[in-house]
Amino acid sequence: MDIKNFDIVVVGGGPAGMAAAVAAYDSGITSVAIIDREPSLGGILRQCIHNGFGLHKLGKELTGPEYAAVYETEVAKRSIMVYYETMVTSVSADKTVTATNKNGILKIKAKAVILAMGCRERSRGALNISGTRPAGIYSAGTAQKLMNCEGFAVGKTAVILGSGDIGLIMARRMSLEGAKVEAVCELMPYSGGLTRNIVQCLEDFDIPLYLSTTVAEIHGKDRIEGVTIAKVDENRNIIEETKRYIPCDTLLLSVGLIPENELTMGAGITMDNVTNGAVVDQYRQTEQSGIFACGNVLQVHDLVDYVSDEAEIAGKSAAKYVKNQLEAGNTVKTVAGNGVRYVLPQKVDIKSSEDVSLFMRVTAPFGKVRFTAKSGDTLLATAVRLKAAPGEMEKITIKAEKLREITTEITLSLEEL
Amino acid sequence: MKKQLICIICPRGCTLTAESGNGIKVSGNACPKGEKYAIDELTNPLRTVTSTVRVKNMPLTMVSVKTKDPIPKDKMAEAMKIIRATEVNAPIKIGDVIIKDVFGTDIIATKEINL
Ligand SMILES: Cc1cc2nc3c(=O)[nH]c(=O)nc-3n(C[C@H](O)[C@H](O)[C@H](O)COP(=O)(O)OP(=O)(O)OC[C@H]3O[C@@H](n4cnc5c(N)ncnc54)[C@H](O)[C@@H]3O)c2cc1C
Ligand code: SF4
Repeated sequence: MDIKNFDIVVVGGGPAGMAAAVAAYDSGITSVAIIDREPSLGGILRQCIHNGFGLHKLGKELTGPEYAAVYETEVAKRSIMVYYETMVTSVSADKTVTATNKNGILKIKAKAVILAMGCRERSRGALNISGTRPAGIYSAGTAQKLMNCEGFAVGKTAVILGSGDIGLIMARRMSLEGAKVEAVCELMPYSGGLTRNIVQCLEDFDIPLYLSTTVAEIHGKDRIEGVTIAKVDENRNIIEETKRYIPCDTLLLSVGLIPENELTMGAGITMDNVTNGAVVDQYRQTEQSGIFACGNVLQVHDLVDYVSDEAEIAGKSAAKYVKNQLEAGNTVKTVAGNGVRYVLPQKVDIKSSEDVSLFMRVTAPFGKVRFTAKSGDTLLATAVRLKAAPGEMEKITIKAEKLREITTEITLSLEEL
Repeated sequence: MKKQLICIICPRGCTLTAESGNGIKVSGNACPKGEKYAIDELTNPLRTVTSTVRVKNMPLTMVSVKTKDPIPKDKMAEAMKIIRATEVNAPIKIGDVIIKDVFGTDIIATKEINL
């Protein structure tokens, strides 16, 4: 067995892992390793060939592979060790990372660990659609990978279940490739994707989006021949009279992402059952000291730009931890109030000398709203938005001097204006 | 004439109102890019096209590509025909021109492919 020592080990080399490693390195910790199971860095961005990445962070609009390449170049400029095609199998509370690759088992003793394993798609097993199970049914991400990385034509006529961004992007991609996308069906009464994607991926190609609609049945023996779609009532029960058959040879499922947290749980880290990620403070430190988390493994992000920001926080904090400069003594909880589904970080160190940004998602689409962060009766921060939607992460920043006024938990809520 | 549009330039997705008459007047945009978008959208809508091109000398490998600048929206299908008929050889660097002069711009590589 190969035993190594590094100050910081980053698990996962997607945009989160790369940005975290670079930030840690630039904060003065030069013994840094990234471990990824794939033969190259970049994570899911390698298959996201569309543009729209980097507008916030880099001030220009890039495609996924181009955005990844910016960070790969930064990693390559520093003497950061990268283990490719190496699968991490466990992370222990004492910060020993165990991995396997073609050379056998690798054990790394680290002073700090950054978890950046990303997320995976919910599979059809998690869904209850009646009917047969023929070929031609893919998760949207799998279809994206097959098409964009291997050049495999997925199908000629498709129905997409789920209106998250990956489903919308795939609707456009298939249309451009000459396939006919018959419909995008969304169970909820609103889309989970960014509005801009509804415009440029559906409206541009005259693809109908049916809200409060699901796939009720799948038809076909060897290959899928069609689906029955139907409207659902407010309890998400199928309304029989609205059932309608659509012929198709492909069904794409874009029904949500789940953070990939087996390793996190294996390390005994406390989880948040709304985000499905670890509970962290503003330094992105989990409840296991010296273990940090960032990117989609912590909360599912819609914009990679915010993934990179979050990863930089984790990287800098991990470096401080290794240097014994990270104190997170006096924490209070954050609480999701009216209209807010979750708040991240779940805990705030109120002794911090830096401003603290709280990220949140709303429970439903709203028009003009005011977000407020309060601790008891003390107003900590407010922000007004012309609209808010569950598909778009919101942020509110509490100034460092305001942290001193905090006495009890911080509640984030919204009021409609 | 009044028209409502969603700006697609950035993820904020502002709802714009464009009033045509004596020139085009745009409101609802949180930044100047929204105004340009609305005017383009009413006069000459533009889109960046992204796709993939098969790498001839490597099995099961595609290189991702994009139009260097946005092209007219109604030319997307034709641009795709040209892209689909193309194959290239690795090695390829990001920014390499894969197809020259497609509706006033070039199709360039967005991924590095090493042999
Ligand atoms: C299928 C899919 C498609 C997406 N498409 C889009 C899109 O079109 N547009 C968009 O803005 N966002 C998209 N996203 C969101 C996108 O994932 C994020 O913006 C961003 O890529 C998240 O970065 P990350 O580094 O947290 O995760 P990832 O990019 O997923 O990177 C995680 C990395 O960790 C590695 N890893 C995981 N577990 C282990 C292990 N045990 N051992 C070793 N390595 C491991 C993986 O190989 C991977 O390289 C998509 C997500 C998915 C799942
Ligand atoms: S107007 Fe500006 S801020 Fe609003 S969506 Fe367009 S580019 Fe973004």
